[in-house]
Amino acid sequence: MSAYSVTEPSKASKWLAGLLVALYTLITLLPLVWIISTSFKTGPDSISYPPKVIFEPSLEGYVNLFTTRTRIAAEDFAALPPPETWYDRIVRDQGMVIAGQSRFGERFMNSVIIGFGSTFLSIFLGTLAAYAFSRFKVPLKDDLLFFILSTRMMPPIAVAIPIYLMYRELGLSDTHLGMILLYTAVNISLAVWLLKGFIDEIPREYEEAALIDGYTRFQAFRKVVLPQAATGIASTAIFCLIFAWNEYAFAVLLTSGNAQTAPPFIPTIIGVGGQDWPAVAAGATLFLLPVMIFTILLRKHLLRGITFGAVRK
Amino acid sequence: MSEIVIKNLRKEFGAFTAVQGSTFTIRDGEFFMLLGPSGCGKTTTLRMIAGLELPTSGQILIDGEDVSQKPASQRDIAMVFQMFALYPHMNVRKNIAYPLVSQGVPKAEVQRKVAEVARILRIEHLLDKGVGGLSGGDRQRVALGRAIVRNPKAFMMDEPLGALDAEFREIMAEELRALHDRMGATTVYVTHDQLEAMQMGDKIVVMNHGVVEQFGTPQEIYDHPATLFVADFIGSPAMNFLRFEGAVAAGGTTVTLGDTPIDLPALQEDAAGKLVLGVRPEHVTLSDVAPLRARIEAVEYLGTTQIVTLSTPHGTVKARTPSTLPARVGDLTGLALNTPRLSLFDATSGRAFRTAANAGVFHG
Repeated sequence: MSAYSVTEPSKASKWLAGLLVALYTLITLLPLVWIISTSFKTGPDSISYPPKVIFEPSLEGYVNLFTTRTRIAAEDFAALPPPETWYDRIVRDQGMVIAGQSRFGERFMNSVIIGFGSTFLSIFLGTLAAYAFSRFKVPLKDDLLFFILSTRMMPPIAVAIPIYLMYRELGLSDTHLGMILLYTAVNISLAVWLLKGFIDEIPREYEEAALIDGYTRFQAFRKVVLPQAATGIASTAIFCLIFAWNEYAFAVLLTSGNAQTAPPFIPTIIGVGGQDWPAVAAGATLFLLPVMIFTILLRKHLLRGITFGAVRK
Repeated sequence: MSEIVIKNLRKEFGAFTAVQGSTFTIRDGEFFMLLGPSGCGKTTTLRMIAGLELPTSGQILIDGEDVSQKPASQRDIAMVFQMFALYPHMNVRKNIAYPLVSQGVPKAEVQRKVAEVARILRIEHLLDKGVGGLSGGDRQRVALGRAIVRNPKAFMMDEPLGALDAEFREIMAEELRALHDRMGATTVYVTHDQLEAMQMGDKIVVMNHGVVEQFGTPQEIYDHPATLFVADFIGSPAMNFLRFEGAVAAGGTTVTLGDTPIDLPALQEDAAGKLVLGVRPEHVTLSDVAPLRARIEAVEYLGTTQIVTLSTPHGTVKARTPSTLPARVGDLTGLALNTPRLSLFDATSGRAFRTAANAGVFHG
């Protein structure tokens, strides 16, 4: 028996690698843990110094996130009947009463519609374009692909003013459609390039076999290429969704009432009735969930997507 | 089943000509080999017959109907790909059933046919497995099953044994040929392996640089190669070439190598200039009295036979002799050539001259 193997890393390097991964995980997770724990703190707990690691959990942040509250005169407050629901009580404990619903639910839905809508559109257009670039002789193919890529070479916000003016003229400002189109335009280059890579990896023989078996080109694409490209489509969709979901600058600039997404909305909570950190943290926590769920659902594909091409041939 | 006629078929990819004016006929029920080195245009020819490439010019007639510009899905041809191209997201049963599904065959009929094909190919136990974990031979059988399940007009096979281990290749070659004989289906088979082509084919087309070099039965091609390329490509070891300059008129039966006269089948046309005398190793015998002198350079023992490499003033010659015959490296000996089996080529054009022996073979 030899003392060490050339292919197996040594114990020390395994330890070192493990330590680095643990450290990285800690650094990445700490802010998340902080936000999530803050969302379950009461207002005073959230700003106590030194910070409380152990605290009594409360849903105050979440209740505040979804409601607007108001203070009423002390005698009126004392005369109120006992709180009817658990959230009434939480608000009452802060010395206030519920005045109505906040707009968070609405903003969150806007984020869902715009985020998933633009992701779907990017993937739909991206897959078709990538397939065409991968399989057909497209005139000026390389130039077109470069042009598509070049839209990513400047920060999108650099064209914010022209887009703002354009959208105002076209009546697309503050509409779902406008935001979906904008995010799709930004994501499409990523989608085309990533998906072209994935489709290039799928042997043409599969489609040719389907063509010979009596299927049309489109049927072969739908029934043979698409299932094969699922991995690439899933990982591309995650990247597109993350961008559209997190986008802040355009959302601030182009939306205000109707189509405002959650990212520009969450900071506005700070201004309502003092610095309500638990409510901000609750908004951020809820905002994390859809992308997290989407990623977890597709994680099998994502992992395969990242390592795609690394092991084959 | 059907006859396939190829007329002046040509395919260009930009400036590159992959196939230049091929013409040949594949008769009904034939096992037809397209043979040649890689890049010779054999696969492109096959893909044009299948409809995966459209020809630049020329005609492809299947049962008299010109299909050269029709899409693959309308030609009713089945194909077995080199890497099998089994649909990876479907199990064996679905893979085999897939061509029937496209034709809208009723479900019960599909089940019956798939079961029948699985029985013929002895893969019934694999039907519900995924295709990912199958061995090479089983993948091959599934690919064949997908091809034979729907009685197509013809089968195209693109080096179907190329991805198999040597041991499996033998078995599958036999199975393929047996399957063909049983179904009597017109089959076009692409290979770069001359042994495979001769072992399995009824007819062989030898291609090189997009040009059809020769077209005939394996025996015709082996015994009477039409060009130097065919002579060199077919047979292992390849045909020996003795290079010399000389002139023989039509009707002549002797060429003179240096000053050694050698008999050959009567020429039917004039030959002059740089010539090449071709002789297969098995038609060379070592004889001390023969006038063509040679020195033994090496001996390879092959069991019942041995390959003796000899040097002559006109080039190296390999002889296949019984291994009982003594042959020592360094010895001087004479070479006797089997006259009826000699070919004479023009060294410049590579073309074989027409002689009494090969006249019946050349199709012009």
